[in-house]
Formats: sequence, C-alpha cells, structure tokens
Amino acid sequence: MTKLRVGLTTLVSMLASFSALAQEPGIDEKINLAVKPFADAVAGAVFSSFPVAGVQIPFVLVWLIIAATIFTFYFNFINLRAFKHGFQLVRGDYHDPKSAGEVTHFQALATALSGTVGLGNIAGVAVAVSLGGPGATFWMILAGFLGMSSKFTECTLGVKYRRELPDGTVSGGPMYYLTRGLAEKGANFARLGKVLAVLFAIFCVGGSFGGGNMFQANQSFAQLVNVTGGDAGWLADKGWLFGLIIATLVGLVIMGGIRGIARVTSKIVPFMAVIYVIAGLAIILMNFSAVPAAFLAIFNGAFSPEGISGGVIGVLFQGFKRAAFSNEAGVGSAAIAHSAVKTNRPVTEGFVALYEPFVDTIVVCTITALVIIITGTWDPSVDPSAGVQLTSKAFETTFTWFPYVLTVAVLLFAFSTMISWSYYGLKAWTFLFGENKLTDLSYKVLFLFFVVVGSSMQLGAVIDFSDAMIFAMAFPNLLGCYFLLPVVKRELNEYWADYKAGRLVKAGAL
Amino acid sequence: MSSVLMVGVDGSNCGGRAVEYAAEHAGKSGARLYVAYVIEWSPFSFSTVQENMERHKRREEELKRAYSEIIDPIVSRLKSEGLDVVGLVRHGDVAETLQILAKENDVTNIIVGRQGTSKLKAHVFGSVGSHLVQGAECAVTVVP
Repeated sequence: MTKLRVGLTTLVSMLASFSALAQEPGIDEKINLAVKPFADAVAGAVFSSFPVAGVQIPFVLVWLIIAATIFTFYFNFINLRAFKHGFQLVRGDYHDPKSAGEVTHFQALATALSGTVGLGNIAGVAVAVSLGGPGATFWMILAGFLGMSSKFTECTLGVKYRRELPDGTVSGGPMYYLTRGLAEKGANFARLGKVLAVLFAIFCVGGSFGGGNMFQANQSFAQLVNVTGGDAGWLADKGWLFGLIIATLVGLVIMGGIRGIARVTSKIVPFMAVIYVIAGLAIILMNFSAVPAAFLAIFNGAFSPEGISGGVIGVLFQGFKRAAFSNEAGVGSAAIAHSAVKTNRPVTEGFVALYEPFVDTIVVCTITALVIIITGTWDPSVDPSAGVQLTSKAFETTFTWFPYVLTVAVLLFAFSTMISWSYYGLKAWTFLFGENKLTDLSYKVLFLFFVVVGSSMQLGAVIDFSDAMIFAMAFPNLLGCYFLLPVVKRELNEYWADYKAGRLVKAGAL
Repeated sequence: MSSVLMVGVDGSNCGGRAVEYAAEHAGKSGARLYVAYVIEWSPFSFSTVQENMERHKRREEELKRAYSEIIDPIVSRLKSEGLDVVGLVRHGDVAETLQILAKENDVTNIIVGRQGTSKLKAHVFGSVGSHLVQGAECAVTVVP
C-alpha cells in the first residue's frame, strides 16, 4: 500500500510538472515550431500524393487498397467465403471444453474491436460524408469489405508467429511475423525481415504516442468542451487539467497496475457501443421513410456526385481514407491484439478477424453515415477536426440528450483506445530497446507525458505527424505480408479441407 | 453399468456436506468418486489486451490454486479413508461445466450442496442445483 502511495505521489507530481510545462505561454508554439520541419517531412513522405483527376491521392492509401484487393482475390474472396464459419468460431461452436479459461475467439475479437471502434467511427464518418457527400459511404463500405481480407492475412500471421514466453505470457504481432516468418525464407529474407520489423516498431511507437494517444485525448477534450458550454465554458482553457486527470487514470492502469480501471472500461465500452448502435438504429427507424432516399443518395453520390471537388475520385478518396483511419486494416495493430487467442490453427483467428472491419466499418460507420444523411446535418464547409461535434449534432436532432451520452462514449472509447495503444507501443518499444524495468518505465512516462501534451496544446503538426506514423506502419507490415502470403494460403487450404470434410471437432460432440 | 459419482464443491459448508454424503455412498458401493471444482468463467467476457496476453499464465495459476487450496485437501483425506477419488478442476459456468465433466467421465450421479438462495435471487442468477436437475443426463442429488 505504501509502495502504491509513493508511486501515486511521484506520478501526480510528475504529471503536474508536465502540465506546468504545457501551460507556459508560448511553449506550445515553440514545440510546434521545433518539430514542424521534422513532422512535415515525415507526414509529407508518408502522405506523399499524386494527382488523379485533380485530386491529390496519398500513396499510402493506394498501398492499403491495392493490398486489400490483392489479398481478397488471392484468397478467393475469403471475406465472403469464411464469413459464416467465422461466426461459428466466435459463437464457440468449435470451442474445446478442455481449454476453458483460455482466451476465446470471442474475447480476442472483442478486445481488438474495443481498440479500433472509437473516434474513427464517430468523427471520421462525419468528416467523410461532409467532404465527400453521401456517396462516400458507398466507398467506405467497399473499403471495409476489402479491408477484411487484410485483417484476415495479418491476424493469421500474428497467431502463427507469436512468441510464447517461458512464463506463459504471449507476445505477437507484426514485429514477430516479420522477423520469424521471413527468416524461414532464407538469410536475405531474414535481414529484410529484421529491417521491416524495426521500421514497424519505430512507427508503432510513434503511432502509439500520436493517433493512439494525443489524437484521442485531444478529440475527447474537444467534445467535453462542446457539451459544457463551448469556448465560453469554464473548461475551455483547462485542457491541461483534463490531460492531467486522464494521464493519472491511464497512469494508474499502466504504471500503478490498477487493473480494475481497465477492466471496468473494457466492460463498459462494448455497452456504450451497443447504446450508440441502438440510438443510431432508432433514428433510422423513426425516419424510415427517408431511408430509401438516403440509399439512393449514397449510390448516386458514389458514381455521379454533384458539387464534390474531384468528382467520383474525390468521393472515393474521402470514403477510403476514413474507412482506413477507422478500421486500421493493413496497419498491423490488430494483429498484436488477436495474437493472444488460444488455438492451434492460426487461420481460425484470421476468420474471426474478418468481423473487425465488418463491425467497425460496415455496420457502425454505415449507421453513423445514415444518421448524418437522414438528419441532413452534413455540412461541406466543416472543419475536419470538428467531426465529433458534427455527429453529436446529427444525433441531437432526434435525441436532445444524446450529446451527453456521446461524450461519455467518446471519453470511454478514447480511454480504451489509449490503453490498447499503450500496450502496442510498449511491445514495439521493448522490441527495439530490450525488455527491462528501465525501458518499460521510460516508455510509460513518455506515454503519459503525451496524454497531457495532446489535451492541452493545439499541436497541428504533431497530430499530422502521429497520423502519418500510424499509416507508415502499413508499409513494412504489408510488404512483409506479401512475402508471407503462401504461408497463410497453406494454413488456409489445410484447414479448409478439414472443415469441408467435417474433420473438425465441434463443441458439445463428446 | 457400475456407478460413478461426482461431487461438486465450492469451498462452502453445503459443499462440505455434499462431500460427506458422496463419500459415504462411494464408501458403501465402492464406486469411483470425482471431486469437481468449477472456476467461474465465461467465454464471452470482455478483457483488455494485456489481460489476454497474460491469460494463459493466469489460468495455470488459477488451476494450481484450486487444486492446492480446495481439491487436494479433500482428495487426500478421502483417499486416506480408502476411497477411489479423483480431483477435477475446470473453468466455466458451474452447472454447465459439471454436466460436461460428468459426461466426459461417464458419471452416473452428480451430487451438489444446496445453495439456499432466495426465490428472487434464484430467478435472477439461477441456481446450480435446479439447472443441473433440469439439464443433466444423469441422476442429480442435492444435499441439504
């Protein structure tokens, strides 16, 4: 207990000095200026774009979509073929009673989902529909559909090449399949694998500080300000205070070992997601007569948009971009979360992972988009950073109390995303710097520092940089996946033959 | 078919009486007696990434603790009385898992202690005894 108290005091005093730093006049400006050239260079490289029909298309987006398309064809539409079987696995039809107490397919999926369902679904969709018109929804759904194949590939590999440590804990994800998987192909590939794994780990650490942390803190604070009186409210300039509170909570979980907070969050988050979906469906049902017109607008807008800069390409770009932001398919983060499952057939987790982009992008994003279209709240002049407020406004038209619920949901989604990403980042960090108390602590301190920074400063450059880092993860990850496709295919074919021949043992068939 | 008994224990008094009852019957008939303990667990619960990564380790610890603190003392005591006793520990829903264990081991009679829960509580949470009586494919004895 005393140890805990000492730890807490250090934590709070440490965080207080962060916020003092953050409050100092002009310091955010200084940091902004200092990192801007570097951040711009990285963001510029990752998001380097080429013009198509007058629209600047970032290369990384093309990289993600091409991979997802190739995987879909290479595995012969696994996203459709294994959809039913994936559900049977999640439901536990093939659960071995003897492994009761281990991580089930359902648990692995639910955990991965709580790391991805979040601001992307709420804020991103509003931005996509506003900037790309209703038609963006169509391309978002298509991108989600193709993204299912990317998740299938990376999550199968995540389980296949995970490392089971002597103490019984599991470590998995792109770092491991890039090194161990490519090493199986010979000395040259082993070298390439190492380089890719190190690159991935560097980007993953960056992404965990940025998109998995600062962006979350920043956006949830924005929504909190939005419901507590806006810019004139008492909270408006108290970003540092908000950051301090969130950092303390995150710190209690990741440093204090107070698992209870994380455990409670992990139980409330699915509940909030269900409330969000039910509220969305309720609005859609209450305006049922407007639904056919909304779908018509989605289809027409997808192929012959009016008044959208860049025409079809412009709409397609908005839809694809927000889908990729939201479900992280091809980025490799989910492969870390999925690798904990208990199975001796890695491909089964791939089937289960199909449901991640399906739920995240096809179900939740479509509901959000329909609500925004039906309520007519989309606004082409929206500032891309005000996505949450736009969705909030759309739900408010029907349920005036919804912004408060949404605020709680956003806070919880952001919190659980931070906890997940702190784990991803830590794994990447220890992969780079070794596993010991000092590296562990240094990462966690940095992570908490960025929570305060993210909520108290307007660091446009840093936010751009962190988005870039998350997307940069897709370069080493997918490149490695291409080389490892035959491995996945072999696993898939062996399993599929057993499945079709009825050689798999069903639960309850003793 | 010779009779095989299984007693479900939960570390409480009622479980203790069930053990005595089962031991008495096993002693008379010479039947094998399984002593089963179920660790409450659901395949559909929500957890964090870190919990999942450490799950296998925790599970081993939970099983070890269940054996050393609950099952082993009972098993060694009954063995010293000359009974054919085997301890079992499994994660899951109590009633469901006792049925699975019974089926796996060709048990002919499951013995459990009564919970003595109020009607309302039983309605909300269900009671192990009544679930077993209605669901099991073998005889069920509820010991008061």
